[in-house]
Amino acid sequence: MSNVLNQLSSMFNSGAMGREGQAGSRTLPFVVLLLAVTVLASIGNLAMPADSMFYVSTYTISLLGKYLCYAMLALAVDIIWGYCGILSLGHGAFFALGGYVMGMYLMRQIGDRGVYGNPDLPDFMVFLNWTELPWFWQGMDQFWFAMIMVAVVPGLLAFVFGWLAFRSRVTGVYLSIITQALTYALMLSFFRNEMGFGGTNGLTDFKEILGFSLQEDSTRIGLFIATSTLLSVALVLSHFIFKSRFGKVIIAIRDGENRARFIGYRAERYKVWLFVYSAVIAGVAGALYVPQVGIINPGEFSPINSIEIVIWVAVGGRATLIGAVVGALLVNYAKTRFTAIMPEAWLFALGALFVLVTLYLPNGLMGLRAQLQDRKTKREQLASSLSAQESSQEKAS
Amino acid sequence: MRTLPILLACLISFLLSLSVHASPAQLATEPSVPELLTKLTKVKLNKAIPVLKALEKQGGEGILPLFKTMLKGQLYYIKKTKALVAVNKVDGEKVYSDIFSGNILESMSKSSVKKIRVNNKVRRFLRESIARTQLSATDAEARLKALSSLLSKLDAGIIQTIKTLKIQETDEEVLALMDVAIAMFTLSNSSDSKERLSAVYTLSGRLENEVRNLFVKVVEQERDAKIKVAAERALASIEQRIEKFQFVDKLFFGLSLGSVLLLAAIGLAITFGVMGVINMAHGEMIMLGAYTTYVVQLMMPNAIDYSLWVAIPLAFIVSGSVGVLIERGVIRHLHGRPLETLLATFGISLILQQLVRTVFSPLNRQVQAPSWMSGSLDINPVLSLTMNRLYILAFALLVFGLLLLILNKTSLGLNVRAVSQNRNMAKAMGIKTDRVDAMTFGLGSGIAGMAGVALSQLTNVGPNLGQAYIIDSFMVVVFGGVGNLWGTLVAGFSLGVANKFIEPITGAVLASILVLVFIILFIQKRPKGLFPQKGRAAE
Repeated sequence: MSNVLNQLSSMFNSGAMGREGQAGSRTLPFVVLLLAVTVLASIGNLAMPADSMFYVSTYTISLLGKYLCYAMLALAVDIIWGYCGILSLGHGAFFALGGYVMGMYLMRQIGDRGVYGNPDLPDFMVFLNWTELPWFWQGMDQFWFAMIMVAVVPGLLAFVFGWLAFRSRVTGVYLSIITQALTYALMLSFFRNEMGFGGTNGLTDFKEILGFSLQEDSTRIGLFIATSTLLSVALVLSHFIFKSRFGKVIIAIRDGENRARFIGYRAERYKVWLFVYSAVIAGVAGALYVPQVGIINPGEFSPINSIEIVIWVAVGGRATLIGAVVGALLVNYAKTRFTAIMPEAWLFALGALFVLVTLYLPNGLMGLRAQLQDRKTKREQLASSLSAQESSQEKAS
Repeated sequence: MRTLPILLACLISFLLSLSVHASPAQLATEPSVPELLTKLTKVKLNKAIPVLKALEKQGGEGILPLFKTMLKGQLYYIKKTKALVAVNKVDGEKVYSDIFSGNILESMSKSSVKKIRVNNKVRRFLRESIARTQLSATDAEARLKALSSLLSKLDAGIIQTIKTLKIQETDEEVLALMDVAIAMFTLSNSSDSKERLSAVYTLSGRLENEVRNLFVKVVEQERDAKIKVAAERALASIEQRIEKFQFVDKLFFGLSLGSVLLLAAIGLAITFGVMGVINMAHGEMIMLGAYTTYVVQLMMPNAIDYSLWVAIPLAFIVSGSVGVLIERGVIRHLHGRPLETLLATFGISLILQQLVRTVFSPLNRQVQAPSWMSGSLDINPVLSLTMNRLYILAFALLVFGLLLLILNKTSLGLNVRAVSQNRNMAKAMGIKTDRVDAMTFGLGSGIAGMAGVALSQLTNVGPNLGQAYIIDSFMVVVFGGVGNLWGTLVAGFSLGVANKFIEPITGAVLASILVLVFIILFIQKRPKGLFPQKGRAAE
């Protein structure tokens, strides 16, 4: 903790560095802010009377918890897109896989309280006349095992996929399209009943997590705090990763893959490990998301969802870590408000957001100040060069 | 004097009764159909056949619906007017309809109608009469159809009818089918083993379902060893032929799917392949084309048959101009930033989808098929090719050929190729690259619009139409090799065929998953697709 504080003070003291350095330096204060808001919101919900102006409703808490899960997912995309230039249009797949693992744990916790009252089999399996639990459902009733799987399953998929893709140097647009195909293929397969994940309906009707009822306010607060904490951990961890030598190599690969390779770095290995790291963060975000919204279904795999994540990052600003979080929070807040007021307009707004951000905000909100400053200095330079020209002309005449 | 009126009355009644008696005799020489129909309601059951015979003679093919209704025991008449009606039971409720037009009549009380009774003798006569009428239809196609529907219910009477009609039959196919019918009857009913053996030989190689069923029965139950062996052999050869035609059938469906993929992907092959621009709104260009078809049909509801000829060029114009707008408004500013282009065009696709949802409602819209595109080409009982799929296959190839011609033979094509190979050099040679970009994008989008017209004939037209094809089209382009139209053609057809051949084994969903996984693995191995660009153009 003291280490972090030291770091924090040095961050405040140190001046501007590079673009990344500057943006990164805001990470730790942001984490402190995030945790402070979390604590205040929790107190507001638990300790304040319902008519107090400081009272935070449980609805707000679960909404915030959901947003933070999205923020974590956006962070995962930022890590590979912003810092390594890999635009994944299939990150929703890792999120959904993490969610499904958590869903399996929660399904097993229902026990014999399901509609059919079968102590071992979830309802949909009884419905399909299955007699025993498939092998991949074994052990999911243990929380620790499920939590390991939350990281392992997306990580393993990312490793295999990344190893195949990066080794044969599939890059750029091609990679984006096959990541999209990946999540599309997964969506189609999870829609099938035979897969053993509940088909179209997915997994739902959860009762409790670790013995705490999911309907209780205190459980919701707990999940909210857990999400916020894990997001903070991911932010701090990513911050240090990109300050380390590994992170510098990653940025080098982004800016000139062949050069990095010629210098002697095994670019594909760096990319694979970064991809796995990002997938694990996405998986954890999914696992936190499912108990808070109470359902996971194959719709989470849909390619549109994955592309939406990318726009959160683009709005916030790439390669800034915080930008992704801020973008996810803002866009999702806007989505909630818009869909409540005029649901028709939301897709128009989202589409316009895609177009306008890519056209006019290439560095996102985080880069807005720099962009404006840049323009200002350019204009000043232009003006000064013009006046210099004029003065030289005057001299000549 | 009082007797006079009585006499007169007697005389009148006598004359009247005479005339009543005389009228049937007169009508028997020259009875008309309406009179016969009224007679049918009065005549006794055992005297119905002569009336029916006369009806058959007078009515010809037009009388078939009546006989069919009567055969089913659904023929009633209204007591008051003696008019005939068909009574159908739908969901336990009686539905009254006109026999000849099939129009639904308003329902009437149960007591106001009376059933016209039939017995086995009448039924047999009706069955034969229907067969006879159908088999002597003037159209050979109709005769063939009637004959093949008779194969499952052959009896001695019908065979007799066939045998008499066979003498004057001229159409070869009908003759062959008549032989089949006679042979089938002989095989199952005759006791002469020689005759039956020759029937087996006549029947071997026929693809009709009934023949196959008969052989299966014969193989199971036959006592005569010789006939059994012959039947087994015939059955084997039939099954082999059926398999062969089923293969052709699957191939056709594969090619049909391939042609759809080709149509959807070919526009993309231009924008993505030639310009290097990822257009995520490509699917929406297809959707716009489909909606154009819908709107055109709304405008000309009385000329559906010609609507496609208006819709195809119009869809090209609509989608093409939207494409040019997108290029001028957005893509031009994102030159050299492919990932950003992808995101911006995705935004456009969202806007277009929502626009269509707002304007036309989110529900699917029905696009009618013109009459010349419906129906199917029946090659034999196992294999029939649907006309709309055939037309779309031809259309896809036509569009492909046209595009090839444009790219290789026109000055626009020359410019497009030059820009795609080396943009800066082309600019240096005085080609207006901006203009070429806009034209290329318009061309690609316009072709997507025409694809939409074709797709509207196969699937529902809805806001999500484009979404369903975008990933598949990308796969086709990537698989075929970017910047290579022939690659797109080969990739489209091979993916379509592969999909249809895996489908029966694994089911539709798993088949598309397998194809996707295959392409993902394939790109690992050959990142530039099946036919990569060679030489300097490659970078």
